[in-house]
Amino acid sequence: MTAAIRATPSACPACAAAPAAEALAARALPDARIALSLPTIHCAACISKIETALNAHPQVRSARVNLTLKRASIDAAPGVTAEEMRALVEGLGYEAHELDAGTLNATATDRAGRDLLMRLAVAGFAAMNVMLLSVSVWSGAEAATRDMFHWISAAITLPAIAFAGVPFYRNAWAALRQGRLNMDVPITLAIILAVLTSLWETSLSGEHAYFDAAIALTFFLLAGRYLDHRTRAIARSAAEELTALEVPRATRLRDGAEEVVGLADLAVGDLILVRPGGRMPVDGVIVTGTTELDRSLLTGETLPVFAGAGQAVSAGEVNLTGPLTIRASAVGAETSLHRMADLVAIAESGRSRYTSLADRAARLYAPGVHILSGLSFVGWYLYTWDLRTALNVAAAVLIITCPCALGLAVPAVTTAASGRLFRRGMLIKHETALERLAQVDTVVFDKTGTLTTGTPRLTNLDALPRDAVELALALSGASSHPLAQAITRAARDAGYLAAKLTDITEVPGYGTKGVFEGQEVRLGRASWVGARARAETATFLRVGEAAPVAFTFTDALRPGAEEAVAALVAQGKRVILMSGDTTPAVAALAARLGIAQWLAEALPADKAARVAALTEAGAHVLMVGDGLNDTAALAAAHVSISPASALDAARVASDIVLLGNDLAPIAAACETARAATRRITENFRIATLYNIVAVPLAVAGLCSPLIAALAMSASSITVSLNALRLR
Amino acid sequence: MNVLAYLIPISLILGGLGLAFFIYTVRSNQYDDPEGDARRILSDDWDDHPKP
Repeated sequence: MTAAIRATPSACPACAAAPAAEALAARALPDARIALSLPTIHCAACISKIETALNAHPQVRSARVNLTLKRASIDAAPGVTAEEMRALVEGLGYEAHELDAGTLNATATDRAGRDLLMRLAVAGFAAMNVMLLSVSVWSGAEAATRDMFHWISAAITLPAIAFAGVPFYRNAWAALRQGRLNMDVPITLAIILAVLTSLWETSLSGEHAYFDAAIALTFFLLAGRYLDHRTRAIARSAAEELTALEVPRATRLRDGAEEVVGLADLAVGDLILVRPGGRMPVDGVIVTGTTELDRSLLTGETLPVFAGAGQAVSAGEVNLTGPLTIRASAVGAETSLHRMADLVAIAESGRSRYTSLADRAARLYAPGVHILSGLSFVGWYLYTWDLRTALNVAAAVLIITCPCALGLAVPAVTTAASGRLFRRGMLIKHETALERLAQVDTVVFDKTGTLTTGTPRLTNLDALPRDAVELALALSGASSHPLAQAITRAARDAGYLAAKLTDITEVPGYGTKGVFEGQEVRLGRASWVGARARAETATFLRVGEAAPVAFTFTDALRPGAEEAVAALVAQGKRVILMSGDTTPAVAALAARLGIAQWLAEALPADKAARVAALTEAGAHVLMVGDGLNDTAALAAAHVSISPASALDAARVASDIVLLGNDLAPIAAACETARAATRRITENFRIATLYNIVAVPLAVAGLCSPLIAALAMSASSITVSLNALRLR
Repeated sequence: MNVLAYLIPISLILGGLGLAFFIYTVRSNQYDDPEGDARRILSDDWDDHPKP
């Protein structure tokens, strides 16, 4: 993004594009690396059309489209801006959004995934070869032939296991050093013990060697780890993309000239220009300009508030009507937006420590396995006074009980479930989010921006006189205020035509006025047209000295909101509405959606406290919210969902992000989560069942490598197939 | 059984070649865009001459 941040050498953009200036810039600046998000591409023709067009641009060095990520990465000469590239692709008829290249650091996660895949491949290769050699041993190879096969197996297994098992050794060591036990401790112990006893047996030309079991174990467990990693990598990259879509930039005024700079470059005291429709980049004080501010993301209020010179504004508020110049009073981490993060940190520390099903299983399992194996070693040693037999039996017990199927039980199910939910437009960000979602019994919704879209809809069009609507349409067409746009949309759809007005001017912060047949016509705030303010959102039209006519609005429902609430209630969950908006607005929405419990005019801390109180009372709360005022509540809830349109801070605090506009998947997701958790417990039972059958054999010393291999492979495959049944 | 002296090394070498090729494909980013690669084969842009 260096190209975009670069200060224009002179005030006129055409001069900047001149070859001389370009040549100067080229020496000083690194190449521009631009990333674009292309959500609508879907076929081979799209790829080649976009690539051809981009590569045809004289300053683009190379451009490549990635269809899986729906992204284009462009390597261009310095001075090429992302905006230019975006316009080029939009010109071809595809939707394109700029991505902040700094936020996209796919390489780090990529390297970890590639590392795991490499180890998985090595383990797979070694396991196949060793298994083939083992088959001939099982089918009756004897004496020298058997010894040779064992030695070849050892030669393949030892380096392969040393390389492939590193993630387990590392985790086990980290856990042991802190005096804890995790799943990786019995795994590492089983692998090491199996390899050592097998080597010893082989050197004595014994009959049983467990090289095949040890390497197959590593392979299956790595497969589980890789699945787990992939699921999380996909979620992380999608979440990163959402963040990268918001390119943090601001227009700074310096000596009367405008320049576009990154947020990080702003300092306290800078003058910043915020155009209508733009979001405040920093906290500040208005220097010039009057406007109305949409503060819904911060407070949940839908009603725009008036703002003029001298008034303080907070980062995150949206400027609606007039251009503003603000003087920054706090930037970066000092802004109110970031101070909210402290609230989140406090809420998070109070969040109940959830232990995942896998951890709970490991806590029961790991000590049991070690005790069992140790006991059979001691028992057999006391019985036979033969170290070799005792060690062999102990190794067999460890291998049989090794949590191979347990290692696959959770990742296989979460991969299947997350993939399913991702296709429906839900992004599972946290690894235990699904398990927690399954326990939910209370759902708390935010109003503005979550159940409603935050865009107003005109409600009393039918009750208004025709000429009033036509006059209002003429005035509203000239404004970009959301209420004006709602009037324009509703009136146009109903077939009204705009009246002929002259001298239409927008008065930022107040409304729009014009002249109709010699009379002044005003459309705007109650105080400006001389009307009494009403409880609901409204704008007023006054012709001359006549009484003002009110246009009332409600917030449009988000698609799927009704279905989601109805389905959640049908599932027997308690649904609560909590909003920072005024009481009448919240009450009306609650009645419309059939929500019995609601809370209006809630401060951010109130919301978090309410959620904490519900949790205290034993409820498992799902919080659905999008605004800054919800962030603390999102972090305090048992599990949380935020829509993609939410503020970055809210998305970071929540476990699940809703990618589409539709709320309906929430109820279905609860069902899927329940099914997934059921599958996980089922998988644990299957794995335990295999153990119950095979462990007595192992303890009795009857377990051959063949039985170990069969039990392990069969349980792993059953568990994976069971996970795939998730529909 | 002397044939084992040839067959085992041969099978190991062939398997090892497979592994080496797989590692090469991972290292050269060939799994970054599976969907795109599956579609790219349908495009006739570089049918007449290779991409420069």
